[in-house]
Amino acid sequence: MKSIKHHLTDALLMSYAAGTLPEAFGLVVATHVSMCDECRARAESFDAVGGGLLEEGPVSAVSADCLAATMALIREAKAEREERKPHVAGVLPQPLQDYVGGDLSAIKWRSAGLGVKQAILSTADGATARLLYIPAGAAVPDHGHRGTELTLVLQGAFRDQTDYFGRGDVEVANEDLKHTPVADIGEDCICLAATDAPLRFSSWLPRLAQPFLKI
Amino acid sequence: MLVAHELIMDTAGSHGEITRVIKAYGQTPRKAVIVNKADDAEKWVELLRAVRDRQDQSAFAALFAHFAPRVKAFLIRSGMDAAQAEECTQEVMAALWTKAHLFDPARASVSTWVFTIARNRRIDLARRNRRPEPEDLPWGPEAEPDQEDVLLLQQESENLGRAIATLPEKQRDLIEKAFYGDLSHSEIAEITGLPLGTIKSRIRLALDRLRHALA
Ligand SMILES: [Zn+2]
Repeated sequence: MKSIKHHLTDALLMSYAAGTLPEAFGLVVATHVSMCDECRARAESFDAVGGGLLEEGPVSAVSADCLAATMALIREAKAEREERKPHVAGVLPQPLQDYVGGDLSAIKWRSAGLGVKQAILSTADGATARLLYIPAGAAVPDHGHRGTELTLVLQGAFRDQTDYFGRGDVEVANEDLKHTPVADIGEDCICLAATDAPLRFSSWLPRLAQPFLKI
Repeated sequence: MLVAHELIMDTAGSHGEITRVIKAYGQTPRKAVIVNKADDAEKWVELLRAVRDRQDQSAFAALFAHFAPRVKAFLIRSGMDAAQAEECTQEVMAALWTKAHLFDPARASVSTWVFTIARNRRIDLARRNRRPEPEDLPWGPEAEPDQEDVLLLQQESENLGRAIATLPEKQRDLIEKAFYGDLSHSEIAEITGLPLGTIKSRIRLALDRLRHALA
């Protein structure tokens, strides 16, 4: 946790606090925040902005029986007191485990060639999330982006022209970034990637071509 | 420049300290209101604790009188019709009771916590998006936070509310739009200058203490 260097942007955290971030991006945010107390504190400070607006905002009178109706709901709910979800330790933080249905061993990988695998996660329209498995030392050829692409490292590491990204680091790439990510030689790299651009052939995966040594 | 006073709430409960909240209106109503709300945040925390520890119905009624009309207005501004907003407000306020044991006053004001419950309920009802939540910290109600941490965080929440209220009108409008769900992620990226440094530091400190207590 101490070694995380690449964090979420203010815009992502504020959209997440406002509740307007596409689900796939929300998954990256929730997963990073699970691994990063710095961004958890930032996310909760954006929640506090929402709290401030609620406090200072307009009021709308509720009906006379609203409190009584609420008390009735409370009596109904009392039987099932809500508890914190038990924390299940694993490589994947809890929000991601909820989508995968377990830890690494539960991921339903599909081969994308050359040892690369991917698993698309089911999220609402607007953005796509998938897990990527990149063999140690493998490279992704130069590729540009359309829209925003978030890449969060869950295991291993990758390096590109901008920096080195280890477990917990998130790269926020926009249309300007053209880069050649290379998985660190030490360990196979597993990432969570989300993009709001339509999936297309020239994106990350299908073009992942030659092994590291040829670059 | 206070020219008039208006009694907006009169709650005769078992808690003498909350019997009267007087808001002032004048030439600078927004600021005047805030000045008169000093210490409210700590009061809401005490009332919520009374609900959590003693199932205190009059404490809940006081919280309800303050927050239910704000939640309803927030939901209407976010696009719900009045009937739906009223029903949803009951669910949000019921959660205040049933989840009272999950509230951490060293990390959030009651306003902030109510905001997050209302926001999440709004997302649930829209059914378009699921909201991935970060992993809970493995923290239980037995770990009662330090009272001074609570006071400082509550004061900082009020400072933040005040700071937002005194932002230039244009900037404030933009922030409101963001939290009412009217701005996209890229439009939110245009918002700058939110004074979040201090509250973020306080939340970070509370997180560090929780981690240490668990270590
Ligand atoms: Zn971070």
